[in-house]
Amino acid sequence: MKNVVALILAGGQGTRLGVLTEKIPKPAVQFGGKYRIIDFTLSNCVNSGIYQVGVLAQYRPHLLNKHIGIGKPWDLDRKGGGVTILQPYSTLKESVWYKGTADAVYQNIEFIDEYKPEYIVVLSGDHIYSMDYSEFVYYHISKGALATIACMEVPITEAHRFGIMITDIDNKIIEFEEKPKKPRSNLASLGIYVFNWNFIKEVLIEDAKDESSDHDFGKNIIPKILSTGKVYAFPFEGYWRDVGTILSYWEANLELTRPIPPFNLYDPNWRIYTKSEEMQPAYISETGEVRNSIISEGCEIHGYVDNSVISQGVIIGEGSVIRNSVLMTKVCVGSNVVIEDAIIADNSVIGDNCKIGIGKFAESKYDKKVYDSHITVIGMDSKIGENCEFGKNVVVGNDVVVPAGTKIESGGFFFSGVNEK
Amino acid sequence: MKVLGLILAGGRSEALGKLVHKRASAALPVFGKYRAIDFTLSNMVNSGIYKVGVLTQYNPRSLMDHLGSGKEWDLDRKHGGLYILQPYLGMTGEYWYRGTADAIFQNTTMLRRGDEDYVLIGSGDHIYKMIYNELFSYHFEKGADVTLVVKELDDTYDIKQYGVVVTDVDGRILEFHEKVENPPTRKAFLGVYFINKYLLLDLLYDTVPSGKYDLLLDVIVPNLSRLRVYAYEFNGYWRNVKKGILEYYRINMDVLKREVREELFLKNGKVYTKLKDYPPAKFTGTAKVSNSLVSDGCIVSGIVKNSVLFRGVVVRAGALVENSIVMQDTVIEEGAYVRNAIIDKNCVIRAEQSLIGDFEPVVLEKWMVV
Repeated sequence: MKNVVALILAGGQGTRLGVLTEKIPKPAVQFGGKYRIIDFTLSNCVNSGIYQVGVLAQYRPHLLNKHIGIGKPWDLDRKGGGVTILQPYSTLKESVWYKGTADAVYQNIEFIDEYKPEYIVVLSGDHIYSMDYSEFVYYHISKGALATIACMEVPITEAHRFGIMITDIDNKIIEFEEKPKKPRSNLASLGIYVFNWNFIKEVLIEDAKDESSDHDFGKNIIPKILSTGKVYAFPFEGYWRDVGTILSYWEANLELTRPIPPFNLYDPNWRIYTKSEEMQPAYISETGEVRNSIISEGCEIHGYVDNSVISQGVIIGEGSVIRNSVLMTKVCVGSNVVIEDAIIADNSVIGDNCKIGIGKFAESKYDKKVYDSHITVIGMDSKIGENCEFGKNVVVGNDVVVPAGTKIESGGFFFSGVNEK
Repeated sequence: MKVLGLILAGGRSEALGKLVHKRASAALPVFGKYRAIDFTLSNMVNSGIYKVGVLTQYNPRSLMDHLGSGKEWDLDRKHGGLYILQPYLGMTGEYWYRGTADAIFQNTTMLRRGDEDYVLIGSGDHIYKMIYNELFSYHFEKGADVTLVVKELDDTYDIKQYGVVVTDVDGRILEFHEKVENPPTRKAFLGVYFINKYLLLDLLYDTVPSGKYDLLLDVIVPNLSRLRVYAYEFNGYWRNVKKGILEYYRINMDVLKREVREELFLKNGKVYTKLKDYPPAKFTGTAKVSNSLVSDGCIVSGIVKNSVLFRGVVVRAGALVENSIVMQDTVIEEGAYVRNAIIDKNCVIRAEQSLIGDFEPVVLEKWMVV
């Protein structure tokens, strides 16, 4: 698809992932054992034959830059096209951050124009799904549309969290409501768009002049262009997850461990590519046992793992039991440890005889909005001493050292420096 | 100091039977995701050698496929990088490589063109991890002309299959005994040479045109008294996959030992190999795996004991795999029983069927269905 440029919005922090996105942006968070969230969208692009990709980054982009690099794992290291990371920049007159999704695209008009595309696909870097964007673009062309929005039917009770569309029989969008209190339809926008480039360029230039606008596609641009009568909905049926909260992130990971997972990582015709560290195959020892789980390369499993996602290079000691948890790369778990309903971020070390995620749920004393489930979260590069006991919904920050024998009740927290809030 | 790496990967091996019907021994799959040549190639890259020539001849397709442009080893470079040196048709004649010395002799352009001063010659069949820089220092300390890497082999090796050296106290090699019964020492040559490039050129021109084609026996050994040939001792894990099916089987099983895994994968740099982009391995509710290596892309629902599963292997519920090596994308269906077997790539063991080896493991060729 030489006439299409894909733009992946990867600038958001993802505040609702708490400590997981304190040091890295949401698209760079690990997912499914060896991937990072943005891999799914990037792989969709190349699997759909789109090799002209811009990644719009803003929040703590270093890891994202390192991960994507020149795009080698996705075959995006090309002479023509390839992947470009687009960060905010300063000009002679001013230097500004991306003020919104639409502004981010507006500020990169020159980049897009270089390719002289007919269409642009605007994507989000924090969704888990596989979609053939070429079908999406051809649908857009066949409708003679100026803009097409991918959408999915969601349960009506969930509809108030999305941009909701009301369409006619031909899938033409008649009305669009951003996060309505009383939704009149259950057709939700996935935040995935195709635009005719010449058309949307003018709209973006107009919008940039509008001081009152938030410069957001869902909030400002889409309502504005509905009046053209050429905005269509592309019905998407398939697996799609926005892993924006700790609970949804945890659930989407554990969904992969089901006997017949709703999302198929094993499809040889739709591979998910990633940059991963070179590691040897996983080893399960005499004392190890693994059920209903995903185990990545470089793991050494001496304990019992059930219903969990274990990333690359994780070591689990003898007598330890891991249940319903997500362990990210190079987490090291000692012996006789119990971990339940937890997310443990990369490089953390859990000392012997620790118990994590025990007891009953209690409301978070740290941040009720972010930590609103039973999941206990431990940040990156943290060290948990021996014999610690953490309840449910506990949060431990990044780079902290928890002394041996520390007990944290459900809903509690441990950060360096701010343990009294 | 710049070093040119040469990897000898052209030889045929009768001892490996079906495993090498369609591949060079250097391309033999080992340890779940690697091929034998990955070790020497990674060792060279980890030692800072970024110009490597691979000499191939026998059944090179799978080896070529594996090496590609060399990008997995960071050998896709403007300067240096990976060179595949195959026998070719020339104005003066057409010859297969008639021996190791001849193979290098036919590629002397590669030697003459570069700005390297030294040549490190290794083999694609050897499994070991080594940073060669210490070998280089040893070579200069001793003022050696040629340094050969040797290792004291214990009795798990069949010593009469190896060439051994006799050295003086300083480490200079006095005698060489190639594959003899009751050799005088157990210090075996590991197939790694370090030599000055111009000296190598001289030696090759001195011997190859007169019809002597073996680098070790025709070039180095006859010159032991004239040249200062030293032995550098290596003490780590070292095995040769070419020695036979049983040896190949044992090498793969060695990786189930913690100390071997640690030495091969966690020390002295990484081992690089061709990426396949398989998702992580998946274990379902009926899986029972113990003392086994499981690679990416596997889906395990059955019982697996003391085995090595390569990438993309599927073991269905009720199947039992014991003491076996199962290569890429093979499927073991429901209720099948596999014991003491080496199953090559893309095979299918149908439901309720069994494949059992006894003293020597049974070998199933690529694409077979049982």
